[in-house]
Amino acid sequence: MNEFEIKKYSTEHEWVGVDGNKAYIGISEFAANSLGEIVYVELPELGSELNVGDVLGVVESVKAASDVYSPISGKVVEINEELTDNPEIINEDPENSWIAVLEISDPAQLDELMDEKEYEEYCAEEE
Amino acid sequence: MSKYIPNTDEQKREMLSEIGAAGIDDLFCDISGKIRLKSPLNLPKPLSDIELSKHMQTLSDKNADTDHYTCFLGAGAYDHYIPSIIDLLISRQEFYTAYTPYQPEISQGTLQAIFEYQSMICLLTGMDVSNASLYDGASAVAEAVLLACRATGRTRVLAAKTLHPESREVLRTYTKFSGITVDEYGFLDGAADLSDLESRLNPDTAAVVVQNPNFFGIIEDLKEISELAHKNKSLLIVSCDPISLALLKPPGELGADIVVGEGQSLGNPLSFGGPYLGFFAATKQLMRRIPGRIAGETVDLSGRRGFVLTLQTREQHIRREKATSNICTNHALNALAATIYLTAMGKNGLREVAELCAQKAHYAYSRLIETGKFSPVFTSPFFKEFAVKYRGDVRKLASRLLEQKILAGYIMENDYPEMDNVLLVAVTEKRAKHEIDTLVERAVCA
Amino acid sequence: MKNETLTIFEKSRPGRKAYSLPECDVPKKPLSELIPEHLLRDAPPGLPEVSEVDAVRHFTELSKRNYGVDSGFYPLGSCTMKYNPKINEEIARMKGFTQIHPYEPEESVQGCLEVLYKTGEMLAEITGMEKFSFQPAAGAHGELCGLMIMKAWHESRNDTARKKIIVPDSAHGTNPASAAVAGFDVVEVKSDENGWIDLKSLRETMTEEVAGLMLTNPNTLGLFDGNILEIADIVHEKGGLLYYDGANMNAIMGITRPGDMGFDIVHLNLHKTFSTPHGGGGPGSGPVGVVKNLVPFLPKPVVEYSGKSYYLDYNRPLSIGRVKSFYGNFTVVLKAYAYMLSMGPEGLRRASETAVLNANYILKKLKDDYLLPYDRACMHEVVFSALKQKEYGVSALDIAKRLLDFGYHPPTVYFPLIVKEALMIEPTETESKETLDRFISAMKQIAKEAETNAEYLKSAPHSTVVSRLDEARAARNPILNEMSRSKD
Repeated sequence: MNEFEIKKYSTEHEWVGVDGNKAYIGISEFAANSLGEIVYVELPELGSELNVGDVLGVVESVKAASDVYSPISGKVVEINEELTDNPEIINEDPENSWIAVLEISDPAQLDELMDEKEYEEYCAEEE
Repeated sequence: MSKYIPNTDEQKREMLSEIGAAGIDDLFCDISGKIRLKSPLNLPKPLSDIELSKHMQTLSDKNADTDHYTCFLGAGAYDHYIPSIIDLLISRQEFYTAYTPYQPEISQGTLQAIFEYQSMICLLTGMDVSNASLYDGASAVAEAVLLACRATGRTRVLAAKTLHPESREVLRTYTKFSGITVDEYGFLDGAADLSDLESRLNPDTAAVVVQNPNFFGIIEDLKEISELAHKNKSLLIVSCDPISLALLKPPGELGADIVVGEGQSLGNPLSFGGPYLGFFAATKQLMRRIPGRIAGETVDLSGRRGFVLTLQTREQHIRREKATSNICTNHALNALAATIYLTAMGKNGLREVAELCAQKAHYAYSRLIETGKFSPVFTSPFFKEFAVKYRGDVRKLASRLLEQKILAGYIMENDYPEMDNVLLVAVTEKRAKHEIDTLVERAVCA
Repeated sequence: MKNETLTIFEKSRPGRKAYSLPECDVPKKPLSELIPEHLLRDAPPGLPEVSEVDAVRHFTELSKRNYGVDSGFYPLGSCTMKYNPKINEEIARMKGFTQIHPYEPEESVQGCLEVLYKTGEMLAEITGMEKFSFQPAAGAHGELCGLMIMKAWHESRNDTARKKIIVPDSAHGTNPASAAVAGFDVVEVKSDENGWIDLKSLRETMTEEVAGLMLTNPNTLGLFDGNILEIADIVHEKGGLLYYDGANMNAIMGITRPGDMGFDIVHLNLHKTFSTPHGGGGPGSGPVGVVKNLVPFLPKPVVEYSGKSYYLDYNRPLSIGRVKSFYGNFTVVLKAYAYMLSMGPEGLRRASETAVLNANYILKKLKDDYLLPYDRACMHEVVFSALKQKEYGVSALDIAKRLLDFGYHPPTVYFPLIVKEALMIEPTETESKETLDRFISAMKQIAKEAETNAEYLKSAPHSTVVSRLDEARAARNPILNEMSRSKD
């Protein structure tokens, strides 16, 4: 689906896809694989204001639950309702299955995040 | 040598030499001498089976049991009929010696029984989702309040003064340590005082807690309480007597968000207060916040129906400090007894039990009032339990009746100081007319 | 379909009954005269309608789809699945215990009160504590109660800054969960290469903001933390208290006592160490014992003895209050009391010694086949890892499932969390060498199969009434009762 202008990753394994002043947020393939079959996604409330590191949602598999932390600050302007009925799409296509869209409040925060290559190296170390 | 330890001394020696240890002590080498016991524990010498049975029989003979005493005591624990099949079935070792069903392939019995239990609790309460049970009715109230506060993000609850005094105590203990404030609202003619309730509701009120029938035996008008609670965006928590639900409108139909209660009445003996079970049911919206175990249906690799523990990410073994509750298991065997009870009684039997209770309680009430020795305390409708005021010293009355092998009822002054000489009398389907008549006669003579 | 059991609802036929109730022998009034019409439900709840024989066969059929300690070996680590003596069941069914109302006057329940009092005395002797409360219904409930006592004690000394609890990374999940419910923040402390608490890390973590430390000793790795006296000193020096999670008490009865190790608060699991059955998940009993200066904080009421009779003491102003209605799971306590009386002091020590011997025997016999992450003498349980088998794509779960085919309940898997692919085996003292040898040879065969026939392991079990169940499906579209299924 999306070819983002910029795609960045956090140390907590979230990705941020930038489209203008909007940021799509999801969990990386690495995170999806380590969780296993995803059975439920808790979405944030529309309109809520999040700071870096706030809990944006929860992704659950049968035997694990993982908080999704917001890698940047901003207001939640869209949530992916499709995940309510079909949480498994995260397993099928993690890098395109966004959880929520934030209105970016401080673009400078994106610089703190890793690019794709840096993230790959980071994951290799984690393994 | 204990009969519960099969290894012989020779086998122990063989095993030690296999391990490469000179003696048992070697295995405890990490325990420093400083903390090793130097002498045997100061405990009684072991008893043989014969001695143990005799000893325990002597102790049990010191208690007044409801086979030999006529029981009009209730106040949260009731002397109901228990069909014989229950104890025989729950005594099957496959049920009572098993652990929590962590391995579903060899726990289908427990899991299916929980699924059936959950179905029955939902039918009784009119709620969408039930868990597999909690410890008891009082801790279920506390868990419901913790849930309500998490779900609403609010920190106060309003509990009825007519909620069981011990449930209120447990609630106070649980909330005291989690930064939640419990306020109480009063009663009018024995039922919830709606204007008091309304005046105490505020934007911080996470939930309104009400018991139905309440501690005085009185049936509350849940609909009005529910409207008040929901107008304030608070949740409604109802704690109820499951037997009454055969007759009364299910709280789910009246707007309850969480329904809990003491399940002892469902086929579990009085047992000096436990083990019982707390049932816990909620609306679908709260499904992922429910504490405790939940069983769900699924299929196996070849498509056969089977049952598993599900929605486990709510639980402590996964979420640790973020779990919805610290509870680890349920009261499975008590819940199984409840399931078998509800199966044995069925649709019509449970209703008959409830009707018999109501008829007999009202008969006992009229008879006691007719004597002139007792006066009404409230006029609101009641189910199987009622309060009456004795013209005289109710404690003396109770002890004289005890001498005549009658457990007269609960002395209300213990918890409600203003209710001096008020007796709370419970009448179940087990009480025959002649037993009620005897109570009345003896109470008059006393 | 083969092996599929109908639910009791599916067996229901209108008009059948399994109950027998008397006619109403009091003058009957119309129901609406007793209870206003608008409060009554329109139709009775749709419970099943079956005959007595239907009910008995149904639950007998369900029982056959279960596995209990009496079915066979049940080495479920951390759960102490020892044999449940039958005489205790008989005693717990005496009518002078089961048919006793909790609100009877003290004079008519002297036998019950004596059982509670004496059991408390015996547990105090076994643990080195001063007094016990029986209100907690389970281990987790005991933890919660114990932590509340800890908090109340600090608060009584106006020491209100202590908001944290230290929990080792090897701890059971209920520890942090209970701490959270008791209003504490949880701080983790690491384990060292021995599997003991890392003292350096503990010293750093243990500040004046910490209320205390929760510890299981022997810990969840089945290892006795030999530094326990130093640990106790570190915690006490900073004004904290030590909480003992009694999950693993079966290793040390009559050998050492939490009180002598420096613990202040203890909970026991009567359904583990003291032989009461687990009931398919409960009821258990998680009594809490404390040292002398914490006694005033125990839940109320407590049972006391006047020299002539037993009574319930409610007059305890410092008490944390109630954590459960009435006095706890009485008939469970009763079984534990009977157990201690039949074992005696020597018997209890033998039980612990044998439990430890049995675990070490398994350790020795299987250490060449399975990875042993902490290679030292264990206590009552041994933790292996399936990492060797993982090389062939076989996980701890696959091994557990394959054991079902051999007729065993599997060990605890994936716990403790600090061991990858953990297999936690607790044989208990009630198993014979013959049983252990058969289990060991099954485990060896499985280790071989992992190398030669991994696919067969991954599709195990092959002999149970159902095969592996689709847990993801159950969690995605929850069917939690009969009614939600029929809607689909």
